[in-house]
Amino acid sequence: MTEHSDFDKVSGKTTTGHEWDGIKELNTPLPRWWVITFYLTIVWAVGYWVVYPAWPLLWSHTTGVLNYSSRADVAVELANLEKIRGAKMVALGAAPLAEIEKDPALLALARARGRTVFGDNCAPCHGSGGAGAKGYPNLNDDEWLWGGSLDQIMQTIQFGVRSGHAKAHESAMLAFGKEGVLKRDQIITVANYVRSLSGLPTSPGYDKSAGAKIFADNCTSCHGDNAKGNQELGAPDLTDKIWLYGSDEATLVETISNGRAGVMPAWVGRLDPSTIKALAVYVHSLGGGK
Amino acid sequence: MNKPVNLTELRLEDDGPLYVAQKKVFPQSVSGTFRRIKWGLMAFCLGVYYLLPFVRWNRGLGAPDQAVLVDLPNSRFYFFFIELWPQEVYYFTGLLILAAITLFLMNSLGGRIWCGYLCPQTVWTDLFYAVERLIEGDRRERMRKDAARGTMKLQRFSEILLKHSIWLMIAWWTGGAWVLYFNDAPTLVKQLVTFQAPMLAYVWIAILTATTYLLAGFMREQVCVYMCPWPRIQAALTDEWALNVTYKYDRGEKRTSLKKANELRALGEPVGDCIDCYQCVAVCPTGIDIRNGAQLDCIQCGLCIDACDTVMTKIGRETRLIGYDNDINIHRRQAGKPPVYRIVRPRTVVYVAMIAGVGAFMLYALLTRTLLDVNVLHDRNPVAVKLSDGSIRNAYTVRLLNKRGFDRVIAIDIDGPANATVHVVGVDSVTPERPMIVLGRDRTTELRLLVTAPAADNPEKSVPVHFRITDIGLGEVASATDNFVTP
Repeated sequence: MTEHSDFDKVSGKTTTGHEWDGIKELNTPLPRWWVITFYLTIVWAVGYWVVYPAWPLLWSHTTGVLNYSSRADVAVELANLEKIRGAKMVALGAAPLAEIEKDPALLALARARGRTVFGDNCAPCHGSGGAGAKGYPNLNDDEWLWGGSLDQIMQTIQFGVRSGHAKAHESAMLAFGKEGVLKRDQIITVANYVRSLSGLPTSPGYDKSAGAKIFADNCTSCHGDNAKGNQELGAPDLTDKIWLYGSDEATLVETISNGRAGVMPAWVGRLDPSTIKALAVYVHSLGGGK
Repeated sequence: MNKPVNLTELRLEDDGPLYVAQKKVFPQSVSGTFRRIKWGLMAFCLGVYYLLPFVRWNRGLGAPDQAVLVDLPNSRFYFFFIELWPQEVYYFTGLLILAAITLFLMNSLGGRIWCGYLCPQTVWTDLFYAVERLIEGDRRERMRKDAARGTMKLQRFSEILLKHSIWLMIAWWTGGAWVLYFNDAPTLVKQLVTFQAPMLAYVWIAILTATTYLLAGFMREQVCVYMCPWPRIQAALTDEWALNVTYKYDRGEKRTSLKKANELRALGEPVGDCIDCYQCVAVCPTGIDIRNGAQLDCIQCGLCIDACDTVMTKIGRETRLIGYDNDINIHRRQAGKPPVYRIVRPRTVVYVAMIAGVGAFMLYALLTRTLLDVNVLHDRNPVAVKLSDGSIRNAYTVRLLNKRGFDRVIAIDIDGPANATVHVVGVDSVTPERPMIVLGRDRTTELRLLVTAPAADNPEKSVPVHFRITDIGLGEVASATDNFVTP
């Protein structure tokens, strides 16, 4: 380029020697401080390599003299968060369960904490919004197998259902078919009777009085004389519109034949008491709490 | 116009240095109309900047009483009677649009008025030059002292020390005033003095001290010439009618010395008014020669007008050889026609109309903005819940905004599916049909709201549900609409 440098008479400046279709580029250098700043950024980059992790090596990378690590930063941030959370959760742990929903600040805290913990621990079975699935109760509705008061919900969360914990809810529905207590046609009859309890249509030709008798002989001990269920035993109300496993005849026949015994783990050892409290308030506040 | 270039001085054999060395500028003191305007505007701008944080404005108990405050921790912006929430930041968009169009308007009327009189870079650089002049003397003295840099005496050293100390103090005040806009000013001043202010305040003061000191003390016109985009934008925006600081070459040329001019005039020869005294160059804060015509480096501060007027008065010629003018008038005068000034032309009319339009729209938006608001978010999972008696319930997260400075009681009414009932989680209202909630002052309240519709034979899959909240005391109403879904 040197040998092509040229002088431009109009501007009184030299050109860079670059030419495009007869148009030449004037040599307009940067101001000194600008060039110095540019060199400083290069020096800065070299300093950066020394101080921070920078160059990839074959199996690792240079760590820099500060030993900085964004992962370590996250750990510190999380620890700080736990500290902040800890202070707030103390207030929650100290408040009586029934008082939490009456205090807007505590309710907001419990719901926020409960929502997170629910997502981490409960959502795999109950769904992220507590909507449940077949065999896993919907926590938004007003039907509760083991009771829907704050205390009962907390009891269930703490010790679980058939979890093996000494204080867990225990009961089992007899497998009337498998155990040979009822014959298949009896099971179909009583299944139709159960459907009639909540106003569902029954199969043509089903014997209502036979169904009622089978029900009275086998089912009322747990589900009650009026089939309204028994929360002490986790026996569902058979007269309402909510069905954990399904209300069609085939499902009911399967339920009566094989029995049902859903399992929920105990959380008492895994989650700390105030977190369980927050979880109970959250589940209660989903809308179905009694 | 360009100086003749000595070809032998050009080093064509190499490309020269990578950079151009900074041309040292030693502006001379000047007095006159535009200097007075600049002093006045400087006093006004700096006065507003430094003192505004201390102006108080009563907003009632519990609210900050600072007239202008950016309250970042509580996400509020206070400007006298206006209080803005984060979601109202779009008002600033309006302000920015207004500022931009006003800049365009100023430009089409009087060139770079912003650059020459109002830009912080100009104002602070001007102030720093004033300090420099006060301590080191005027142009000639400063040039002499600069030339004798190698042999520094104690007196010269103390001068430099004093100058930089005062510069740093101004810079420090500038940074100090900046942080006062983000905190209660009197409290923060106390904290700063007793070293109890938050670390961030000191950091920001340090940053702004450094930028003010460097930009106004050292980089000066370099900021305008190399860093600022406005000179380029200005070049694209200006038109032939805009009044720029102009050397009226129709009057000035041909330049000669005063003595020669007088001789030539006596002989009746044509001669210009410019006596080539270089006063316009001496006072220029960017060190240019205005007689070379409009140029990027010219911030159009008008100081050369004052300098030239002083000289013209002294030599008994008409003033305003340099003045706010344009090429059209120069050509008209050359053709023997009177100059014309067109302030009202399509461009300025459009700008004024835009300013009026945007301003009116913003005023309307500000006056009619809601101080009570409600947002509703339908539960996504589950969308709807069937209850044991077959009725259907939908849950909503409701966020209520009370932008007033006092607590108020609101009632929630819903208008949705037939015979629907409403319940707010955690609230046992004395009027279950119409829950009442207390909204805290100047904050949002989030509620979980349940709407239950009795079982119906053939329910619609989705019906709109309107949430209306009414301030019991003031009667203000806000509403939102969502859907009620039946699975």
